[in-house]
Amino acid sequence: MSPETPLSPRDPWVVRSVGAVAAIFAVSAILGFMVFPLIQPRGQASDLWDAICSAAGVVRAPSSEKPIEPGFKVSSAVMTSDMLRGADTGSIGRGATLAHQCAICHGPTGVSRADSPNLAGQYPAVIYKELKDFQSGARVNAIMSPFALHLSDRDMVDLASYYAYLPRLPAYHPVAAVPLPRIVIDGAPLRNIAPCGACHGALDNKVGSPWLEGQSAVYIKSQLEAFASGERRNDISEQMRNVARRMTPEEIAEAAQYYASQPTPDIRSASP
Amino acid sequence: MLNSRRLILAHFWLAFLVFGVALALGAWQMFVRSPLHPWISDPELYYRSLTAHGTIMGYVFPTLIAMGFGYAISESSLAQPLIGKRWAWTGFGLVLIGAVTAIAPVALGRASVLYTFYPPLIGNAFYYIGVVMVVVGSWVWVALMSVNLRAWKKANPGRPVPLPMFANVAGSYLWAWTALGAALELLFQIIPVALGLTSMINVGLARVFFSWTLHAIVYFWLIPTYIAYYTILPRAIGGRIYSDAMMRLAFITFLVVAMPIGIHHTFEDPQVGAGFKFVHSTFTALVALPTLITVFTICASVEIAGRLRGGRGLLGWLAALPWSNPIMLASAFSFVMLGFGGAGGLINMSYQLNATVHNTQFVTGHFHLIFPGAIVIMYFAIAYDLWPHLTGRALTDLGLMRAQLWLWFVGIIVTTFPWHWVGLLGMPRRMAYFDYSAPALSPDAFWVALSAIGGFILLGSGALFLFVLIRGQRAKPVTPDPYRFATAIHPPAAVPAALNGFGLWVALMIGLTVTNYGYPIVQLALRPGGAVPAVYIGAQR
Repeated sequence: MSPETPLSPRDPWVVRSVGAVAAIFAVSAILGFMVFPLIQPRGQASDLWDAICSAAGVVRAPSSEKPIEPGFKVSSAVMTSDMLRGADTGSIGRGATLAHQCAICHGPTGVSRADSPNLAGQYPAVIYKELKDFQSGARVNAIMSPFALHLSDRDMVDLASYYAYLPRLPAYHPVAAVPLPRIVIDGAPLRNIAPCGACHGALDNKVGSPWLEGQSAVYIKSQLEAFASGERRNDISEQMRNVARRMTPEEIAEAAQYYASQPTPDIRSASP
Repeated sequence: MLNSRRLILAHFWLAFLVFGVALALGAWQMFVRSPLHPWISDPELYYRSLTAHGTIMGYVFPTLIAMGFGYAISESSLAQPLIGKRWAWTGFGLVLIGAVTAIAPVALGRASVLYTFYPPLIGNAFYYIGVVMVVVGSWVWVALMSVNLRAWKKANPGRPVPLPMFANVAGSYLWAWTALGAALELLFQIIPVALGLTSMINVGLARVFFSWTLHAIVYFWLIPTYIAYYTILPRAIGGRIYSDAMMRLAFITFLVVAMPIGIHHTFEDPQVGAGFKFVHSTFTALVALPTLITVFTICASVEIAGRLRGGRGLLGWLAALPWSNPIMLASAFSFVMLGFGGAGGLINMSYQLNATVHNTQFVTGHFHLIFPGAIVIMYFAIAYDLWPHLTGRALTDLGLMRAQLWLWFVGIIVTTFPWHWVGLLGMPRRMAYFDYSAPALSPDAFWVALSAIGGFILLGSGALFLFVLIRGQRAKPVTPDPYRFATAIHPPAAVPAALNGFGLWVALMIGLTVTNYGYPIVQLALRPGGAVPAVYIGAQR
């Protein structure tokens, strides 16, 4: 660093400062890597080498015991930020043909008159995941499960692309506008409930979360109740179950009414 | 001699202007999350503001102060014109363009990731590129400080390097090395993801890289403050530096032990081994060494001034000090805040005690007591001291300056003491709103409201500060005496080579980085399965 002659390794400053720093390091390393891991009453270190490895953060071999299998089917759908973007027209056309069997409940234009979800303009990843979960049994519904059973992966992608392609039409069951409920706008911080819009649009949009505006209040309410009771459990990392379990029945009703009364968002997120 | 007045003034003005903006954002944040304001319905706005506040206050403002003050020190303490003035303007330009580049996406809501980046959250690439430009601009300054010192040494072989420049160059080397951690994180981990080249990021490794920067950056912010304690305060009150060697020792100790201690920021991080946490904790404790050397030396230096001014007896010299002098006042306030802040820091650096305050408002209270409290009040003092020499116009509003410093001190205490307290009660940090009607949080409501009022006191003080500077800029021109720094009571004719250069200390700093960070970095980098999918801010997912 300086243009002068460099310090000799025997310079007392070099010897003392390097010695002091090395001694401090050695003492703290002996304490931190050897003494403390060994004397911990609940420590798991079996010998000195094990103590050193554990204190250094070496990953321990995973337990050889078999993981406990859940007593229910777990979703196998893997969600990524950019999945199913930019569907081609062939896929949309094929999806349109397949969608004939869906129209009886979900409506010929993807807008339901039967308290089934409106699918027109829904995010493709959302539709794909639900079909996949109905097929695997991660989500169960007396009507949907048999329909999904015979779909190929390609069919599910095509259906998702087709419904995402449809324009978002106004819903059939608009109710009088209701004031914005606090549970929707702010959530409930002390109950670990984020605002709905933090995932379902408005504030932010998280992968796998549908937009909800204009959906049937009966449908939203039944799904929140199913999440709360654990009857439905195909949500990623239990996010919706954790929210719904902590909501009061009044809040569930308010949120459902609010979203049902909202006009559909005009953004076309998944334009092919 | 101060030749590059425009250059230095440009750094200071830009620093204080962005400081004013970030200060207003900070006060707004304190207000909206307090019970004085209804819940903010869009927390994104809060995090956007928080990101801008942190980015400006953490990266832009103190860096510009260190750079501007560094150029002033180089010219006046070495008594030689700045070598590489065009490079210095280039560095300034990089910081300016970088700051604008970084803040624009933040203002647009495209990079609300907080100044600590928090991968796997990924914002707009321009945010990170802007931050990198600020850092690169400051590295130009580091190089220039080294070049200027080298030239002086060549012209003055064997003479002791003047104390302010010695400390200044120590600070610049500390910054060059400490910024490397975040730079590695940005260049090799975050920016490739932000540009869409990959969508996976190793967050454990990113956190360790950031901890490399995150703690030592505070000492980089602190260096100008310490330089002011040692070399401005004694001169301003008519005293001398108690010991030349003590000052050199304090700064080289900072250089060695400030850096390899950052893992104490990841105490709760399961990916880092407990042994390394202990080693880092030990070296964090060693920071007490330069701090206590400084407390002793500065108190002794001030006592010299008090006795020279006729103070007698055990404490009589305290009364004899020129308390109406803004530099004296600022330094005393700074010491008080450093004392309390240091006590809180001892809690944070201790593994067990930290567990009770980790991620609570205690931590935010702590670093606001240290940075805007102990550190920034001395930035004000530096500006007040240098301004007449930079502008050629006298600052005559001593009363206003004292009022400003008092307001700042009171504001910091009113803001940060309740902030610590609610943290001890368990209030978490980084939240946009709190339900104060809930029984668990209702005891916090009064203290948070008080803290928000403190924020507005600080805003008032900041406005007053800018007013004093602007008024000074428009005062009648005068010809100030040459700027000079305090000298030691016994200036040495020669100092040991080890205390006149940095080779040994930089080598120790790098060596300790290798021992304290080498294994955790290599282990996390090589471990398979460490990467997780990025979460893009503001993207339609």
